[in-house]
Amino acid sequence: MLKTEPNIPDPDGFYDELLRIHEGLSREESEALNARLVLVLANHIGDRAVLAEALEAAWG
Amino acid sequence: MVQARYKTAFTLYPYEKVPQQDAAPTRHPVLIVGGGPVGLALALDLGKRGTPALVLDDHEGAGLGSKAICFAKRTLDIAHRLGAARPMVEKGVTWNVGRVFAGEGQLFSFNLAPEGGQRHPAFINLQQPWFEKYLVDAIDAARAEGAPIEIRGANRVTGMARKGDHVALDVDTPDGPYRLEADWLVACDGARSPLRDMMGLDFEGRVFEDNFLIADVRMKADFPTERWFWFQPPFKDAGQSALLHKQPDDIWRIDFQLGWDIDRDLELQPDRIRARVDAMLSSQTGEVPDYELEWTSIYTFQCRRMKTFRHGPVLFAGDAAHQVSPFGARGANSGMQDAENLAWKLDLVLRGDAPATLLDSYAAEREFAADENILNSSRATDFMTPKSHASRVFRDAVLRLAGKHPFARPLVNSGRLSVPCTYDEFAGFGPDALPGGPAVTRPGAACPDAPVGNGFLLDHLAGDFMVLALGAVADGIASENPKVSILSVPEPDAALRARYLGEASGAVYLIRPDQHVVARWDRFDADALDAAMARAMGQV
Ligand SMILES: Cc1cc2nc3c(=O)[nH]c(=O)nc-3n(C[C@H](O)[C@H](O)[C@H](O)COP(=O)(O)OP(=O)(O)OC[C@H]3O[C@@H](n4cnc5c(N)ncnc54)[C@H](O)[C@@H]3O)c2cc1C
Repeated sequence: MLKTEPNIPDPDGFYDELLRIHEGLSREESEALNARLVLVLANHIGDRAVLAEALEAAWG
Repeated sequence: MVQARYKTAFTLYPYEKVPQQDAAPTRHPVLIVGGGPVGLALALDLGKRGTPALVLDDHEGAGLGSKAICFAKRTLDIAHRLGAARPMVEKGVTWNVGRVFAGEGQLFSFNLAPEGGQRHPAFINLQQPWFEKYLVDAIDAARAEGAPIEIRGANRVTGMARKGDHVALDVDTPDGPYRLEADWLVACDGARSPLRDMMGLDFEGRVFEDNFLIADVRMKADFPTERWFWFQPPFKDAGQSALLHKQPDDIWRIDFQLGWDIDRDLELQPDRIRARVDAMLSSQTGEVPDYELEWTSIYTFQCRRMKTFRHGPVLFAGDAAHQVSPFGARGANSGMQDAENLAWKLDLVLRGDAPATLLDSYAAEREFAADENILNSSRATDFMTPKSHASRVFRDAVLRLAGKHPFARPLVNSGRLSVPCTYDEFAGFGPDALPGGPAVTRPGAACPDAPVGNGFLLDHLAGDFMVLALGAVADGIASENPKVSILSVPEPDAALRARYLGEASGAVYLIRPDQHVVARWDRFDADALDAAMARAMGQV
């Protein structure tokens, strides 16, 4: 089951880190980085049912 | 007159005039149009069962030039049952190491070490004309033992008409036209299928806008027997992707993905091809080895299939029925599965042992298989030539990650190896009454090979319905059913256990003539067996 309740201990710290890895990147580079990040996270989750729910959740 | 449409590599069935050409139309039980891999395999399978098969082909042998080179294990297993596999494996090249490159660097390599306990490797590389030649050799051997198979070369079908209970054909020959009739007509006449056109039938799917340049080069140099695949090759004018693959007789298949908007004549100029090949072959060592261009061509491809493969007494098989992109080598390999699916059913129907509706299961099962093949090769194509901005972004992300992280490597798709499809949820299969039984051998699956005694399991599945009894339940079982033979293996070895028993201590399998599992149980029950068999034969 996809967790949709808060699950990250320090939300502000994580958000900051997420933005920082994009610093100085062009639009294309950021887009590529995000794509890699999605793949890395998706592999970590692994569970196809959870991934399907995540895709659904992201879609809106 | 029959004008050749292409050159042949071997003459296999030279034209000979037969008395039927001067007689009133003769009725044949099965007429097969097309002597490619699919038509030949079908004729051989039917003939070995004693059902007469007449093949008409408008040439006199196998076409010259670059077509299939990768033949998968399932194809070899089928060819083995038909008595044609040994020379294929002997002549073919077996390779294990593959390397994937992106741009300048190698991303990763893999080793396809063969799975133990099986007669055949995952696949071999062999030029299609040889594959066809060995099928014809096996047909000749079967005929010498009385199999009723006939191949008529330089016999071109120019017209057809459905007449109530049969089909009438117009055939052209070097001695002029004649007519034939058939109870069943099987169109194995290739991607451009004239029969499909004559019947005005539809063909649905995607055409991919891409051109591939093939160069088969002969090279004596000491070059590793590996498969090399490049995404975005760094060498000049190599296109979007490139492939290097070994074939027998010091021949290498080189493939360049050129894109859509190209000048074919220009790209086929030998100088231009040599410049590309030089750049590829020297990319890893800096030196261009000695080589000769054997054959070059440019091809495009499509992924599509007919809506249905059966139209009354006319059945479609192979490329005539469906086409896929070459990535994953699913063309001839899936066509061979069409042939084996159809052969035993047609044989039973002609003998009056099964109703004609059994042939609808051919269509349903192989349409499903075609969809699976089309899905697989479309996915490979989408990875190799991303069709949208987002798909390119993710493709490039996968490639970049794959160099460093093993997790991304399974996402890299330069074609998935052809494997037989499992007929899940189709009528005519089941029950699955083997608690703890492995998924690979569930009803609908093609039997994987495994050692039995001094040989292999598939040697025993020679073309009839079979009962395979394993473990303790194998003792003293007998079936009253004359159409089924029993193979008992009271003490299966580890590989056989892993593939057929899983957690169970014993099992009884019912297996179709095409080596697909019908049903399985944890004990022998003669009534359940007869009922499953009747369903598999379309009798209920
Ligand atoms: C570049 C390339 C690479 C490929 N690589 C692979 C691979 O690695 N592995 C794989 O499995 N597949 C591969 N394929 C696909 C494979 O070649 C085809 O799927 C296979 O040839 C189909 O066999 P078939 O018997 O259905 O048709 P075909 O081989 O096309 O045979 C049809 C026959 O019918 C005859 N015919 C046509 N019209 C008439 C008529 N009117 N009367 C009488 N006869 C007629 C033709 O002359 C021909 O002999 C590749 C294809 C290409 C182009």
